[in-house]
Amino acid sequence: MTTSTNLVYLIALPLFSSGLLLLLGRKADKWGHIFATLVSGSVFIIGILEFFAMQGREGEARAATQKLFEWISVGSFQVDAALLLDQLSICFVLLISGVGTLIHIYSIAYMSHDRDRRRFFAYLNLFIAAMLLLVLGDSYLNLYVGWEGVGLASYLLIGFWNQKPAYATAAKKAFVANRVGDVGLSLAIMIAFTQFGTVTFAGVKEGASGASAGALTAIGAMLLLAAAGKSAQFPLQSWLGDAMAGPTPVSALIHAATMVTAGVYLITRSNFIFDASPTAQLMVVVVGAITLLFGALIGTAKDDIKKALAASTMSQIGYMILATGLGPVGYAFAIMHLITHGFFKAGMFLGAGSVMHGMNDEVNMRRYGGLRKMMPITAATFGLGYLAILGVPPFAGFYSKDKIIETAFDSGGVQGVLLGSITLLGAGITAFYMTRVMVLTFAGTKRWDENAHPHESPFLMWAPMAVLAVGSVASGFLLNSGSALVNWLEPVVNENHEHHAGHLLPPIVVSIMALTVVAIGVAIAVLKYRTVPAVAPEDVLGITKAARKDLYQDSFNEAVFMRPGQKLTAGLVNTDYKVIDGLVRLVGWIVQISASSLRNIQNGFVRSYALIMVLGVLALVAAVWMVTL
Amino acid sequence: MDISNYIYLSAILFTIGAIGVVVRRNAIVVFMCIELMLNAANLAFVTFSRIHGNLTGQVMSFFTMVVAACEVVVGLAIIVTIYRSRRSASVDDASLLKR
Repeated sequence: MTTSTNLVYLIALPLFSSGLLLLLGRKADKWGHIFATLVSGSVFIIGILEFFAMQGREGEARAATQKLFEWISVGSFQVDAALLLDQLSICFVLLISGVGTLIHIYSIAYMSHDRDRRRFFAYLNLFIAAMLLLVLGDSYLNLYVGWEGVGLASYLLIGFWNQKPAYATAAKKAFVANRVGDVGLSLAIMIAFTQFGTVTFAGVKEGASGASAGALTAIGAMLLLAAAGKSAQFPLQSWLGDAMAGPTPVSALIHAATMVTAGVYLITRSNFIFDASPTAQLMVVVVGAITLLFGALIGTAKDDIKKALAASTMSQIGYMILATGLGPVGYAFAIMHLITHGFFKAGMFLGAGSVMHGMNDEVNMRRYGGLRKMMPITAATFGLGYLAILGVPPFAGFYSKDKIIETAFDSGGVQGVLLGSITLLGAGITAFYMTRVMVLTFAGTKRWDENAHPHESPFLMWAPMAVLAVGSVASGFLLNSGSALVNWLEPVVNENHEHHAGHLLPPIVVSIMALTVVAIGVAIAVLKYRTVPAVAPEDVLGITKAARKDLYQDSFNEAVFMRPGQKLTAGLVNTDYKVIDGLVRLVGWIVQISASSLRNIQNGFVRSYALIMVLGVLALVAAVWMVTL
Repeated sequence: MDISNYIYLSAILFTIGAIGVVVRRNAIVVFMCIELMLNAANLAFVTFSRIHGNLTGQVMSFFTMVVAACEVVVGLAIIVTIYRSRRSASVDDASLLKR
């Protein structure tokens, strides 16, 4: 372990900038966006410097720590506010600040007509600070602070245009769904503390080897719940589609590239818990597999370009979660897919934003068509992202996704065949819905209104898209060459190479199978969408109807959780009014009645006082008499 | 004559006095009834003094007389003042409480 003094700037700079822009208010309107972008860029530069510094060190010394201050010191409960930058964190730091900076640049142009642009950039910087704290915290509690911080930033940014009630509701929905996951994380932290007496990653890792299976499974399950909330995994995925209410750069940064992958980070970071608990691992795999198909199916039916991409995000994170559940071999591939996905999905979201920018904020893909001629750069960058997500060699997704499919097949037995088939099927559906997006938006003939004048976006918008497109092309090859990322992450995830022994299918066969499935998906989509009706047809298969309604997850949540919850609160309110308040009022009423009757004794008549005195004396005498007799 | 008759007389006088205090409205009459009660008590003191053959009871009755005399002075002054301000000697009129 190396001690560093620079780590804190990674978080302090954007946090300071965010606070400054929010406190200065309209005074900072003129330069706020430039300032925030520069801050984000400098964080990226610090990240790169740290990365090179880390490469200069060897072995154990690679990870750097910085203790900021003693945060909580109560009896045996000792928590330091401390940062940890290791091989895993640096991947995230570079992804967050890199993609973050690109999206800052993009937003300068995208939000140029919005009078609240400065506030938008303040929130973006707040998000960067919180997300970096999340990946840099050296204990679960520090992570939790960042975890809540990104939840807040996500809430603020989804509801950025909260003058529209539907958008404000979407923000609230995201926040509430995230809270469910947060409960899981806090429970996991509490269980970890009772079991191990510490909440630092190092301490828990040390304790995990001697802990009972039940405790580890409980912690694992709670961590999985947390990951499901933040990463939009089944059964907490329903908020991600609505989160598209936020400005498109937000969807690209937070709801595609970074924040929603926090769950993958959490599970990878907690690898020592999941490796020790096969039950928890199985749960992770099941959740990942379900979400991967769930998201893909929803993606096939959405006409809103951002919602289709959101469903795709859900599905791709399903792949990552599934990979993390496959044990030590899977973590590195999950992170690799996370990074490549960060590039191509952010690129595609920015492309979608560019299309919306040129189409008067129209999001319905049935109103697009033939845009490749009007927006050649957007079409090209989007197309490169499309090839990457499909997993066509040599684009990024080929390296990361094929590795996951391969690992799934290799996980052994019936489970391996089942998971492999699911990931293959998912790849096919992905090809179908992404081709659909591509065809509906950029190919075919124009279906837009007369008053829409599609045009290419300005340089500040297409430049970040171009950079991300380069990442979509090259990142997979670079990360995979010589197993660079796998070896880099090895000290964190304890890869021991034992599992490489047997391949169920040779990698080349898996790749060919995947490509075949993808080709089938593309072919079906191309054939099906040669002509596109401008209004979504009603006479469709039941599965399409279900997918349009997010496979009824919202209806289910409403019927099972929301309505009974409302009834419960209504009942509790009633109980409060009638029973609790009733008791209080009863006491008051008794006091009132007895007081007003007792008051009559004090009537002001001397004679009645005298009579009472006489009677009292008589009573006393009688009492004494009775006793003495 | 049996000495206990004095006690009975004392009890009867005290009872008459007490009833008078409770039932009469005129402050002067109430006052006189109080005197009656005091003197009934005096009679009982003296009787007990006789029964026990010592002077303790008699001494107590002197005390009572002195206290009664003081009480008459103060009480009559109060009654006269009330009469002057209210033009009435009824004890019921001398209430200031709300009803």
